[in-house]
Amino acid sequence: MPRGGARFVIGFLALPVILYLVFVIGPYFQAFYLAFTDWKGFSKPPQWVGFKNFEDLFHNDAFKAAVGHHLLLLLSLPAVTLVIALFFAFLLNMGAGTRGVKGSRFYQAVFFFPQVLAVAVIGVLFQAVYRPDKGGVLNGILDIFGIAPVGWLTQPGLALWALIAVLIWQQVGFYVVLFAAGMSSIPKEVIEAAELDGCTRMGMFFRVTLPLLWDTVQVAWVYLGILAFDGFAIVSTLSVDQGGPDGSTTVLPLEIWRTFRFSKYGVASAMGVALFVLSLLFAVLTLRVTRRERIEYA
Amino acid sequence: MTANMTAERPAEPAQPTRAAPGRAERRSNPVLGGLSHAALVLWAITVIAPILWTFLASFKTNTQIFTDPLSLPTSIKFDSWGRAWEKANIGQYLWNSVLVVVCSTAGTMLLGSMAAYVLARFRFRGNRLIYTLFVSGMVFPVFLALVPLFFVVRNLGLLDTHLGLILVYIAYSLPFTVFFLSAFFRSLPVSIAEAAMIDGASHTRTFFQIMVPMAKPGLISITIFNVIGQWNQYLLPIVLLSGSVPDKWVLTQGIANISTNAGYQADWPGLFAALSMTIIPALLVYLAFQRQIQAGLTSGAIK
Repeated sequence: MPRGGARFVIGFLALPVILYLVFVIGPYFQAFYLAFTDWKGFSKPPQWVGFKNFEDLFHNDAFKAAVGHHLLLLLSLPAVTLVIALFFAFLLNMGAGTRGVKGSRFYQAVFFFPQVLAVAVIGVLFQAVYRPDKGGVLNGILDIFGIAPVGWLTQPGLALWALIAVLIWQQVGFYVVLFAAGMSSIPKEVIEAAELDGCTRMGMFFRVTLPLLWDTVQVAWVYLGILAFDGFAIVSTLSVDQGGPDGSTTVLPLEIWRTFRFSKYGVASAMGVALFVLSLLFAVLTLRVTRRERIEYA
Repeated sequence: MTANMTAERPAEPAQPTRAAPGRAERRSNPVLGGLSHAALVLWAITVIAPILWTFLASFKTNTQIFTDPLSLPTSIKFDSWGRAWEKANIGQYLWNSVLVVVCSTAGTMLLGSMAAYVLARFRFRGNRLIYTLFVSGMVFPVFLALVPLFFVVRNLGLLDTHLGLILVYIAYSLPFTVFFLSAFFRSLPVSIAEAAMIDGASHTRTFFQIMVPMAKPGLISITIFNVIGQWNQYLLPIVLLSGSVPDKWVLTQGIANISTNAGYQADWPGLFAALSMTIIPALLVYLAFQRQIQAGLTSGAIK
């Protein structure tokens, strides 16, 4: 290291590292500790209770419902978003390398826009779309066709799907842009060779585009999966009674928030640990299952 | 609005490779082409419609909005916009958001690039450990830290202050910023920095005058990433800026609060005006920096 290096290194690292330890690493460690205590606030110091908080979670209906909702989100959100996004990206590129659809940039620009809006804002926006009477945008459209208004957010069996649809609405554009960029970087020779061999458009997608895009798809899957373990902003701004009707749309982050507001800090931390374990499990499993040999363009 | 966008970007000189007429074009089926266009148009409408509807609804009356949701406003009056700006404090929230995000993004970029540079370019004991510590922060959900974070901020006396929110934003933006920028600094050539050092520049000067300008593309991408991420943050503000300081609220929590109030006060046009005022700045910035924003946000997934 050149002269004066040590002082420089310390000078540059001190502030970011301190800030990071105080606000990020410290709280994460404390959360793991608090999860094993009965802490309810300043009146009494935390008492060690072992695994009691976690055992209680198994009898907590809201918690169990929330975990179920995450599984549903995990099965639907990434799959639907990726299928729609891959479909549109492929349409925009027409199998990569060759000429794209007219106005490709325009479509990408429009599709991507919801990504720059806050989910909290989108939640409020969709309240008007989903209004249960004829005054809602969706029900207003249904009314033209003589269909009675649907309680998008008020029917327990439908509400979660309505929320998932909003998340898909927001996410698709991001992945269209991501995949379209990936597809346009596939070498033209590869596409031409496949065409010479008589490859159909469907064949092109499944045998050329998708395998060459696999790395990006895998990353996209992990991103969307992580999103499936959140949902806090959309559920708290859009659902009836925050997580309702009757707990049918609640998610773990919302339950953590609620438990935190009731000053049950030990239980809230235990839920946080559970959320962490679930999302980590998902990430590890995905990376393991989807691993394939990397294809490099020589 | 949409017509303008196409008009502004008619030719795309950036993609000459794709324009070469290939065999696929000759083989393409007009029916299939029509169908795919229909699908694209349909999704574009799905994206635009709710936003456009909100914008139009801000000019209607309560009755117009909910008896005939698909009608156009009869007149363009801005009184609901005035109410949203003054009574619902949108102006105040907007200013708070700008203040917080400007400070926190500047802080994130300064501290993040400093840490990333040192970790990428200097060999010392503990380098690996500090780098791993930063990067591992990307794995943990913020909700895990929620309870202790609240008390850390409270014990420092920073609860209900913008400074507290800014410091927390910086801290939670560091993992990705350090991860991305250290990879970027590693990819830059060493020789120029060495030449500067031989000419007598200090480490600090070499960093700010040589390395930062060289890293500009990476810095721009990640700045955009952080600005949008912090601007749209919802959880941290509602935890750290409580209901007792509504004058300090940022836009996301302000909007969420107005939406609960609109029901009681029955001022729906006011709510939609407030929403439009939130969306329009985002839309304008997006139209101006569309390419950079797309590149900045997707940069995380490409790495």
